[in-house]
Amino acid sequence: MFTGFDLDVIQRSFVYLFRDGMTFTLTLTAIAMAGGIVFGTLLAMMRLSSFRLLAAAAGAYVNLMRSLPLVLVIFWFYFLVPWIGGWLIGASGTVKVGAFLSSAITFTMFEAAYYCEIMRAGIQSIPRGQVAAGQALGLNYWQTMGLVVLPQAFRNMVPVLLTQTIILFQDTSLVYVISVTDFLGAASKVANRDGRLVEMYLFAALVYFIVSFTASQYVRSLQSRIAVIR
Amino acid sequence: MISLNNVSKWYGGFQVLADCSTEVAKGEVVVVCGPSGSGKSTLIKCVNGLEPFQKGEIVVDGIAVGDPRTDLPKLRARVGMVFQHFELFPHMSVLRNLTLAQVKVLGRSEAEARDKGLKLLERVGLTEHRDKYPGNLSGGQQQRVAIARALCMDPIAMLFDEPTSALDPEMINEVLDVMVQLAKEGMTMMVVTHEMGFARKVAHRVIFMDAGRIVEDAQKEEFFGTPRSERAQLFLSKILHH
Repeated sequence: MFTGFDLDVIQRSFVYLFRDGMTFTLTLTAIAMAGGIVFGTLLAMMRLSSFRLLAAAAGAYVNLMRSLPLVLVIFWFYFLVPWIGGWLIGASGTVKVGAFLSSAITFTMFEAAYYCEIMRAGIQSIPRGQVAAGQALGLNYWQTMGLVVLPQAFRNMVPVLLTQTIILFQDTSLVYVISVTDFLGAASKVANRDGRLVEMYLFAALVYFIVSFTASQYVRSLQSRIAVIR
Repeated sequence: MISLNNVSKWYGGFQVLADCSTEVAKGEVVVVCGPSGSGKSTLIKCVNGLEPFQKGEIVVDGIAVGDPRTDLPKLRARVGMVFQHFELFPHMSVLRNLTLAQVKVLGRSEAEARDKGLKLLERVGLTEHRDKYPGNLSGGQQQRVAIARALCMDPIAMLFDEPTSALDPEMINEVLDVMVQLAKEGMTMMVVTHEMGFARKVAHRVIFMDAGRIVEDAQKEEFFGTPRSERAQLFLSKILHH
């Protein structure tokens, strides 16, 4: 199996793999992380809200998302988003949504459920007295959250948020189900075209490993540096 | 200034406050004491609406705290509060702790807030610590910053919730000194504390609570002379002779 290795195939397809494939993967990861953290934080605030209805709605959403396989969600969103878009703008048919936009929305919505649980733990880790102190100074709910609670919660949770992002980076490869060319998709195309499956899939594994492992080592070193002194 | 009228509060079926009524006049210093679990902290937190109550009425400077139409943040901005565990914001410098609410709530300019902050920091003797973070200060220093933070808002009254209970003994006095000074300047104060020395020195009245009730509400001399209730006598004899 390991005889007759053609490593040249990697060199030949290098530009395509990274310029097309990896760029897509990293862009999707970045968008889903940013959007997911924003939505996740809002969901977390809803879940912790004293308004029962808000808390229940956010809870239902999070539990639904966390109970479904990601591939299924990608699939469903790909078919549903055009319909929902059409319904939102009142068109009779569907709205054309590109595969990229569809996957960006899917990952954002899906990851929001996971980031929500992280931020919820982060918010709950802040002593109640901090909220009381903010309120006692006359800060309203949004100011207390935005200036006092969330900055601390966020800082406490940065390592966990980044770890989730590393998982997200790996999960983006699932966009193959809607035929989008991410890094793995590009590698797969080259592999099939040139009949070099072993080389390309080994190389892809190596790249994912290097990126993820380096990132998680970085998270570890970060962890010890950012803790807030109490 | 502050008046409580038959205030009652329940946690589920458990009654924490039962028909508490009292008044704090402008410029008056009232000490609230009592055994732990007697509801004194809860009572003081009801005054600025940090804790809701189910029955009765609290009026602060003419504004009903329990009224759902009351703009609570606006009211709280005018009533200073100091907590047992200081509750400075650990992710902000000392000076930022002092200026934050001035800018965000009172709408003062950064420069104005800074001037005010520095003035009050000097008053509590911590000017040189302005750029440090709360975590780098001792408990006593943190509590003095917390008092300065509350004073930055130019409060009409100050509430203290066991301000010295979380402090090491040698730091209690530096905090009490600031409070005594404040009382002498005529600040309206409601202080939950076990520091009977402080009560003797500056309080006008002492309230004694037990099991959610105000058992005794007397002038200081009267209270330290002979408390009328047996419960208060017992409490005093326990905390004064050890």
